[in-house]
Amino acid sequence: MTGYLLRRLAGALAVVLVLTAVVYATFYIAPGDPARLACGPRCNPEQIAQVRAQLSLDDPVHTQYWHFLQGLVTGHDYSTGAGVLHCDAPCFGLSYQNNQQVTDMLVERLPATASLAVGAMAVWLLLGTGTGLLSALRRGGITERVLTWLTLAGTATPVFISGLGLLMLFCAYLAWLPFPTYVPLTDDPEQWAWNMLLPWAALGLLESAKYARLTRSSLLETLAEDHIRTFRAYGATERSLVGRHALRGAVAPVIALSAADFGSMFGNAVLTEMMFGLPGIGQLLVHATTTLDLPVVVAVVTVTGTAVVLANIVADVLHAAADRRVVLR
Amino acid sequence: MTPQPLVAVDGLSVAFPAGPGPEAGSHPTAGLVRAVDDLSFTLRPGAALGIVGESGSGKSTAAYALLGLHRGTGAHVTGSVRVAGHDVQAADDAALRRLRGGTAAMVFQDPLSSLDPYRAVGDQIAEVHRLHHRGASRRAARARAAEVLDRVGIPDAARRARLRPHEFSGGMRQRALIAMALACAPRLLVADEPTTALDVTVQDQILGLLRELREENGMGLILVTHDLGVAADSVDELLVMKDGRAVEHGPVRDVLGAPREPYSRELLAAVPRITERRQRPAGADADGEVLLEATALRREFGRGKQTVTAVEGTSLTVRAGETVGIVGESGSGKTTLGRMLVRLLEPTGGELYYRGRSIGGLKERELRAFRSELQMVFQDPVSSLNPRRSIGESIADPLRAAGKLGEAQIVGRVRELLERVGLDPAAYHRYPHEFSGGQRQRVGIARALAPEPKLIVCDEPVSALDVTTQAQVVRLLGELQRDLGIALVFIAHDLAVVRQVSDRLVVMRGGRIVEEGPADDVYERPRHAYTQALLAAVPTLERPATTAGHGPAA
Amino acid sequence: MTDPITTQEPETGAAPVSGARQVWRRLRARRSALAAGAVLGLLVLLALAAPLLAALEGQDPNTYHDALVDSARGGVPFGDLGGISAEHWLGVEPGTGRDMFVRLLYGARVSLLVALGATLVQILIGLGVGLAAALGNRFVESALGHVTDVMVAMPLLVFAIALMAVVPADFPRPVLLVIAIGLLQWGGMARLVRAQTLSLKKLDFVSAARLTGGSTWRVARRELLPSLAGPVITYAAVLLPTNIVLESSMSFLGVGVKAPTPSWGHMLSSATTWFRADPMYVLLPALMLFLTTLAFTVLGDGVRTALDPRAASRLSVGTKRRTARTSSARGAA
Repeated sequence: MTGYLLRRLAGALAVVLVLTAVVYATFYIAPGDPARLACGPRCNPEQIAQVRAQLSLDDPVHTQYWHFLQGLVTGHDYSTGAGVLHCDAPCFGLSYQNNQQVTDMLVERLPATASLAVGAMAVWLLLGTGTGLLSALRRGGITERVLTWLTLAGTATPVFISGLGLLMLFCAYLAWLPFPTYVPLTDDPEQWAWNMLLPWAALGLLESAKYARLTRSSLLETLAEDHIRTFRAYGATERSLVGRHALRGAVAPVIALSAADFGSMFGNAVLTEMMFGLPGIGQLLVHATTTLDLPVVVAVVTVTGTAVVLANIVADVLHAAADRRVVLR
Repeated sequence: MTPQPLVAVDGLSVAFPAGPGPEAGSHPTAGLVRAVDDLSFTLRPGAALGIVGESGSGKSTAAYALLGLHRGTGAHVTGSVRVAGHDVQAADDAALRRLRGGTAAMVFQDPLSSLDPYRAVGDQIAEVHRLHHRGASRRAARARAAEVLDRVGIPDAARRARLRPHEFSGGMRQRALIAMALACAPRLLVADEPTTALDVTVQDQILGLLRELREENGMGLILVTHDLGVAADSVDELLVMKDGRAVEHGPVRDVLGAPREPYSRELLAAVPRITERRQRPAGADADGEVLLEATALRREFGRGKQTVTAVEGTSLTVRAGETVGIVGESGSGKTTLGRMLVRLLEPTGGELYYRGRSIGGLKERELRAFRSELQMVFQDPVSSLNPRRSIGESIADPLRAAGKLGEAQIVGRVRELLERVGLDPAAYHRYPHEFSGGQRQRVGIARALAPEPKLIVCDEPVSALDVTTQAQVVRLLGELQRDLGIALVFIAHDLAVVRQVSDRLVVMRGGRIVEEGPADDVYERPRHAYTQALLAAVPTLERPATTAGHGPAA
Repeated sequence: MTDPITTQEPETGAAPVSGARQVWRRLRARRSALAAGAVLGLLVLLALAAPLLAALEGQDPNTYHDALVDSARGGVPFGDLGGISAEHWLGVEPGTGRDMFVRLLYGARVSLLVALGATLVQILIGLGVGLAAALGNRFVESALGHVTDVMVAMPLLVFAIALMAVVPADFPRPVLLVIAIGLLQWGGMARLVRAQTLSLKKLDFVSAARLTGGSTWRVARRELLPSLAGPVITYAAVLLPTNIVLESSMSFLGVGVKAPTPSWGHMLSSATTWFRADPMYVLLPALMLFLTTLAFTVLGDGVRTALDPRAASRLSVGTKRRTARTSSARGAA
């Protein structure tokens, strides 16, 4: 097990290295002149040259990439005309917009994204697996038909449509909830929860439809296996067949997917943040993209990519823990 | 005489909705397939009945009906089934659950998939025990589980009870399933092909165990099997089924000794006898040209610590026109060896010569010149033909790849080949799913014949077939060899089938050859202890059922 | 060891898939799939005929009609239901007064074009990489395996958004979207093709084909590709609605199709400021997008069950069938 984890982590490190190389190449080498972007539209050639020197853009490409990696591990010092700007250890550089440390900007945006993700995850794990189990157990009935179509509709709805619908219904017409504005949990937990309610619902409902479908088919598949037949042939009740024998095998792939699906979840979180104006990492990314703030874009992509790689390892370990037949190698 | 029979089946019919498809979905009553048709039999307490038949005869379906396992599956069950006085059809769900396990317990074919992979074997047995002994504590149930595991011959049972099924060997798993039945102390044991997934030596042990337990506990036994030899060894009465109907029913000696019905006679005649010498015109032996010579052949799979050696230090010669039989149990490396001989696999060590030329290390491209001369017939008639290509196209493939013949000639040759293997030449454009298993195997043979090979390796060519079909395919191979002078390497686990075709025999175990010699010598005077054990374990029709006539020892 | 068929249904499970005709028949028997197919057929027809229908209505997608919106109220269309009239069949856009009917039709063109194009790119790359990984030597296999892992790990939407920061502004956006989505999201397809090919490779008919002396490519073309068609189509049917949603998501975020090209996602994004005053402006594109995705999803489900009827029968009858194929199917899901 330890050996497996070490091997997987080494593999993950390799993947992350490739990822950063691709990202670096895509964003710092391909677009031509980052100095012009960093400096802004009204710079004269001298200013651009100055920025160029400051960002060491005249070094060979591999040296630049090496400095980028170095910055990630040890931090980086930028010499400006006036003095030295220090960028702390996981250094993704300084924002082109305001010279703020990109890492600080990420940390600042993290609570909103985490609030959204954790709450929505709770919604979809409970609602999704619950609905899936219910529809598998009520096979052939009207409940199943209704649930099947509901989950189908859920998977077909993009998050910005469900978000718009919720906003229109609860904020505009019924006026039960205020238009969401983000209140940090540490400031006022109650307001935080009230304001997060709609984002959680929008993201959670959407994902729970997917999990409901998966749970349902996974449980039905497990119930069709031979060992279930054995216990049925020894007089076990249907309830104990599901509870004791089928559930564990059925939940294994659901667990695996919930971790492995982190990437697409993140994409939907970006949409939700934009939809509800949550000051999270997704909003930061979209803003940085439209203002061509490359260090921020690179940082977000690297961090989310790494998170996804790690989530995949967690997924495999959890899957193996839940399903003994899966061999880790 | 017991007044009440243990099992009384009267006019049982079971029908399934025909295949998954639109028709079945829209008209639930139309298109039923009758798997069991008007079946009646009784079993006295403590007696043993064998239900034998080929695939599709409805034998398993009938056995499932004894425990009411068709309930809730969409199957239509009519007629009456009484087990120990309980009407299975009329019983409510709770009564049926009491009956299942408590009165009649079932042992399934595939012991691995029939156990819950996530839970310890002992816990599973304890759970089943508690289902039928409401008062039993967890601790008592665990103790009982260890006790029955010990009874079925699992060494160190108390410790092994804590292991999960995948940590057991195949034979131990089947013992554990029998132990599970034992834990409920049922009056009837229904065993559905309990030894089909097992090696012959393990099969022998399991059948012995079933016999012992029956004598010890006075359990009734219904043994469902396709293997007449297995049944002959273990039951008092035999019920022969065909197409869902009972063909013949009587004491095992009578049915096997003097079958009344033509189908029983046919079935019996088709069973290969291990004592029967090969019928073969003399003269074709011994001094043919050496086609294939393997010396110290070796094959490993995997890398590093996980390396498994499948075949090691194996030397073998195959002469033109002769048949070399290779027998061995699962994991003996016989299939790996066969695949190396035709160079589907590259040997990791040793030398392989075809007509004096080393072909062991040749690359795929360099092998093309030899491909047509070394062919193979595969085990599984389903996966050995591409389901998306017509059988004519599959057979024509080697001819087209060679590129020597024109289109019309190719089609003509394929028709010839189809006729040669006993199929309708007009079947060129039909697809594999339109054929039965035996017919598909004939197509496979025709495909192997197409490039006019010198040698064909047959890897378990008949083991997926019913016994009557088996006999026909074996006969066909014999004829082809006589007419075309092809050398055959015949790989099988079934020693009786191999004897029917082989001139020389090779016995493999654990990747090595343990004995080799002229077939009759090896069968009649086996030198190696393993060969002796293997031969002794083969169930035969000639050995009369030892328990027949014995009353239950209850 | 051997395993004579002793399951109850005689001769089931014999042929894995039996001909395109049977698949078509099974698909046709599913009413939901038929309805979805009809909806999509209509949509494609409408999208193709967009210029024609626009001419019929007498409008074009980009002309402003300032007279039709109430500048005093910030640009809400005059009249009921977003200004539906004989000239503007589905009303006009708030603020600009552009014709909704024509813009929705042209939006369908963008959606379908981008989704189909991206799916095609994904299929091609996935097939190529998957086949090469399954048939190539150890080095090729591990290299492609790692590349695929990286691709699967990429948070797609995040990457696609980020890409827009470095692409020249004058690059045609729909093409860019096709490339971005196609190039970023082939990992799943490659894994599926690789897993399927590896399990097909173990089947005896592929060994038999090797014994004919044909080249590797000949074997792949004749034996593997036809058998891969089923799983690839099934997976493509899952990718299509995903791609539609991706395109509209990116347009919604302002990094997709550029104005004034009509796009449903873009309309929805502007609609966030109008939903109180002009709900029609939200409802129309939302409905189009929802119906399209739903239809693709339903059709995808239908295709899957038609190609693998055992899955369907397992779901409807479902007690005594053995399911051996778990890992590969789950890996692809």
